Amino acid sequence: MTNMIQHHLTDALMMAYSAGSLPEAFSLTVATHISMCDECRARLGAFDTVGGALLEGTDEVAMTRDSFAATMARIRAARPEVKPAPRRAGLLPAPLQDYIGGDLDAVRWRPVGMGVRQAILPTSKAATARLLYIPAGAAVPDHGHRGTELTLVLQGAFVDQVSRFGPGDIEIVNEDLNHTPVADIGADCICLAATDAPLRFRALMPRLAQPFLRI
Amino acid sequence: MYDALALMDAPAPSPLPPPRAIRTHGAGKRSGPGQVTTAKDMENTEWVSCIAAIRDARDEAAFARLFGHFAPRIKAFLMRSGADATLAEECAQEVMATLWQKAHLFDPTRASAATWIFTIARNRRIDALRKQKRPEPEDLTWGIAPEPDQADVLALQQESDQLSAAIAALPEKQRVLIEKAYFSDLSHSEIAEQTGLPLGTIKSRIRLALDRLRHAMK
Repeated sequence: MTNMIQHHLTDALMMAYSAGSLPEAFSLTVATHISMCDECRARLGAFDTVGGALLEGTDEVAMTRDSFAATMARIRAARPEVKPAPRRAGLLPAPLQDYIGGDLDAVRWRPVGMGVRQAILPTSKAATARLLYIPAGAAVPDHGHRGTELTLVLQGAFVDQVSRFGPGDIEIVNEDLNHTPVADIGADCICLAATDAPLRFRALMPRLAQPFLRI
Repeated sequence: MYDALALMDAPAPSPLPPPRAIRTHGAGKRSGPGQVTTAKDMENTEWVSCIAAIRDARDEAAFARLFGHFAPRIKAFLMRSGADATLAEECAQEVMATLWQKAHLFDPTRASAATWIFTIARNRRIDALRKQKRPEPEDLTWGIAPEPDQADVLALQQESDQLSAAIAALPEKQRVLIEKAYFSDLSHSEIAEQTGLPLGTIKSRIRLALDRLRHAMK
């Protein structure tokens, strides 16, 4: 599947993820894409290497006199490391399963109208991450964005004014675009979407509903 | 990793010259007579051995050498990110303790010691300064081969060194912004506010810097 991915992360997102300056919801989306995309995983290695080179080249600030002994004491006092959880089988990549608390069948969906369902994932407030379930052939209401929206396809596909997005593809949209994603007719579409500002729906009803539904 | 630096950018037609012949060879052929091993490469491979000694023998002397080199740099990194001296000291100790505890997870065919330590320090910073989790990509490896190929290790360390040199050679205005992006915990818009530079200027300088790095790694 990884070779089929057409829409990748930008340098700016990749660098911000490597530097650690993205809001948690964006980091989750980036980490999930990289879990599905070998090419972006390799690019992340390069950006982390930039971070390593900067660390190597930075000035030094002296540690306190007893710092080495204090660190050894920390090591001796630490409990043995818990083995990392084995890679989970399932439809969804591991970072997403961590936030859901399970695979796709553990998602607690809420209807948001016209057959579309969503589930908001627990992240810091600076940005929102949510799963969207769009029935085959259905549309997410036409909306614009005040900030940036990342949409990662997990299953199925959607089409909007920009392109077609299939599994593993990520669409990066800013405030310039009003778009109406429509799920492919072939299968229901499941996406992970992250926004750093509330969406703006152009039709009246969704805008009234927005504060209540936290779209 | 060899092609990773060329892949910083999403695939796009490149006007850059074709890669040097050495980059097209398999890793095993890379240590031919034309290969120059610099003092920095020697230092990089020494850090790799130190981490292996911690993993295999709980070697405190090896840990002390890593500590002497990296702990003051981690502390500086955290202070530039906004931590005060006390918090930076504490976090630097924790990062070094994590290095000890996770020494078995270090893969010298994928990262230099500095790169690996940077990722630990970055994650500690996100936790300490932002109180956020750091979602990580699913790990592909099912366990690291006990003895990585030494040619692969050397090649990776040399590439890391080459990138360091390329960063040091960046024009001052570009290098400062790359450092800010990695060290300051600020988004591009926040850097714009802090420096008074227009956002477009920041974005274009960073793009130019990445183009130069890409070029230097060809």
